[in-house]
Amino acid sequence: MYLARVIGRLVATRRYAGLEGVPLQILQPLDEYGADMGDTLVATAVVSTGPGDLVHFVDGREGALACPVTFVPVDAAIIGYVEQCYANGKFIGRELEAKR
Amino acid sequence: MFLAQVVGTVVSPVQIPILERQTLLLLRPVGPDGKASGKTRIGIDRAQAGVGDRVLVIDEGNSGRQILGDPKGAVKTIVVGIVDYVEAHGKLAYDAQRRE
Repeated sequence: MYLARVIGRLVATRRYAGLEGVPLQILQPLDEYGADMGDTLVATAVVSTGPGDLVHFVDGREGALACPVTFVPVDAAIIGYVEQCYANGKFIGRELEAKR
Repeated sequence: MFLAQVVGTVVSPVQIPILERQTLLLLRPVGPDGKASGKTRIGIDRAQAGVGDRVLVIDEGNSGRQILGDPKGAVKTIVVGIVDYVEAHGKLAYDAQRRE
């Protein structure tokens, strides 16, 4: 399970049976300083999130288990919306609010 | 299983049902000497750990489901122990009693 920022959405009309109605979103994983960690990836959004949101996601077989139909070809799923993440004496993901 | 340093806390009000009422911690995997290794993760706390603790972490789905008692749960990373001391290459590499 990793911390990530939703950076975009993705539309794929033709998809594998069982994945209908599951939103796909593009994630950028973050480290404990809120900095980008590794490559971006696409995940199914099991909970309602949108671009700009801080989320946590699970990868591997568990990504499919989080989906409404569990026997689907999915290897990453957003399983929670993160309201607050505090590490190393500061809140992660508040850069945008600080600029305002 | 691997060693990790608890570096922060995560608050998530909207998440999949199995994660409700579970504490989420931000974990930085470390080697026996305390050097960071690998990607920062979010783990479910099942050992009453806190920020600053060196912990033992499982990052495998079936073990996670067994601990939470749900054969279909989409969980992976779980904190299962608090480390007292680590001995590596014949030397004491970490001691919880003597940490700064």
